[in-house]
Amino acid sequence: MIYAALFYAIALFTVAGAFGVAFSENVVYSAFSLMATLLGAAGLYVFLGADFLAAVQLLVYVGGILVLTLFAIMLTHQISDVEVSNRAVGRWPALGLVGFVGIAMATALVRAPWKVSGEVVAKAAGEGTTYGIGDAFLGPFLLPFELASIVLLTALVGAIVLSRKEIRD
Amino acid sequence: MQQLADRLIDTGFLQGLPRGLGYVIVVALFAFLMLNFIMLVAGVTSWLERRVWARIQSRIGPNRVGPQGSIQWLADGIKNIMKEDIVPSAADAPLFRFAPYLAMMGFFGAFAVVPFGDGLIVADINIGVLYVSAVTALVVVGILMAGWSSNNKWALLGGIRSAAQIISYEIPAALAVLTVVLFTGTLSMQGIIRAQGWAPWNWFLFHNPFTFVAFFLFFVSALAEGNRTPFDLPEAESELVAGAFTEYSGLRSLLFFLVEWGNLYLIGAICTTLFLGGWQVPAFTDSGLVLGLAQVLTFFLKAYFLVFVAMWVRGTLPRVRVDQLMTLCWKYLVPIAFVNMILAAFFAAILPNGSIFVKAGMCVFGLGLAVHFFQRVLFHLRRAKPELHLSPIV
Repeated sequence: MIYAALFYAIALFTVAGAFGVAFSENVVYSAFSLMATLLGAAGLYVFLGADFLAAVQLLVYVGGILVLTLFAIMLTHQISDVEVSNRAVGRWPALGLVGFVGIAMATALVRAPWKVSGEVVAKAAGEGTTYGIGDAFLGPFLLPFELASIVLLTALVGAIVLSRKEIRD
Repeated sequence: MQQLADRLIDTGFLQGLPRGLGYVIVVALFAFLMLNFIMLVAGVTSWLERRVWARIQSRIGPNRVGPQGSIQWLADGIKNIMKEDIVPSAADAPLFRFAPYLAMMGFFGAFAVVPFGDGLIVADINIGVLYVSAVTALVVVGILMAGWSSNNKWALLGGIRSAAQIISYEIPAALAVLTVVLFTGTLSMQGIIRAQGWAPWNWFLFHNPFTFVAFFLFFVSALAEGNRTPFDLPEAESELVAGAFTEYSGLRSLLFFLVEWGNLYLIGAICTTLFLGGWQVPAFTDSGLVLGLAQVLTFFLKAYFLVFVAMWVRGTLPRVRVDQLMTLCWKYLVPIAFVNMILAAFFAAILPNGSIFVKAGMCVFGLGLAVHFFQRVLFHLRRAKPELHLSPIV
């Protein structure tokens, strides 16, 4: 009963944050609303018994990505009145595309063979999820893990190449 | 904590309540107690800092309110509460009002996993150390929010500096923590303390050369993350008025200062937990109460020793420049931390339980460093012939 109330409170917080991101006029408000969404998502992970994931969500998204986003917003000159040089195709194709993706996601949600949350949470609460994640990364999921590392490394190198000053002699 | 909550619900004050509601009440109670306790710690730390600083700068410091000025912090708190809470008309009022609370939340949340003694911890969660790094991330968002919403260029510069600094120094700090975690196999705060012993040679500080390096990496990075001098660029008084906190007055400004002083204690507490054996004391008595008190006392002494070192650093070192700050982090601390962690991993693979010879050798080395340090201090004292005032009572 209390858990259900807490869950709905956190879910509401997350969704309200998401609405704030999408609909606020001021882009800085959007960024700060994003924090509510990210915090809410971390809370939902806690409800799923994924303690490690919740902490990493906070550490990476709130401590890293959100701060970088704010940093970019504050350093960008006159960010509020940007001129969109890349005109979109239009609203109706966008609606169609979003609708299609939404239907696909809803179908997936309904058809997925969900595990009973009680078992998962009890298993996670017993020994913590850290060992399991570590074993999975260095065992069955080694290849995706390494591929993700390479993608991130490429992004890092790319960022440095784009932002560094060319030194000519 | 859950056992305590269960006991209260089964036989204690909360008898007959539904379990979920009972938990909520117990959690709220703990949060209330913890908040008051932290305010006390932050207040006393502020008084201590002003006194230590004063001595370093040949001043007297606050000594009027209470014996030796020891309740000066209480007077300051009351003064700040009674001050007018000014919101600048050009500021973004909602964000401006909310920012101090966000910073407060971030640092207050971290105290949930600070282990003051065996079993004396609000929540011994599996991912304790990671949780501390994660939840303190809210502080930087709070400071950024304060900097932006003040609508003041000094504040904005301070906020941006703080963001750049904190996300940079989080990397060496996390890598240093990881070096210790390699030897404990757990992220839980109590688990890390239980993996150490009361004797210095059983501390992680002297476990092997790599944890020794990790200690200094962590301490320096933590000082930078806590915006402490020599890394206090976000509020650099001589450059940015008061940085991100320029426009704040009254209680809201006080909250930021409480975060700073509380953070100082938190740095000491986390370092103590990770490297200095936490609350471990030899089992010298059968009485659980005496042993518990000894543990709490040990933990506080170790933590406050590190707090004292941070004050000492603040009193003696000048502030670094922004480029020096970034150079130190990205060109020195991060590579050292990575190499250190990889070497530590090799060490852990070869000697998973450590070796008594390595520990003893590191202890002797540490002792040698301390002796050398005091020799240098004495040498300079003899040469400069300053007028010494060794009594702390003025």
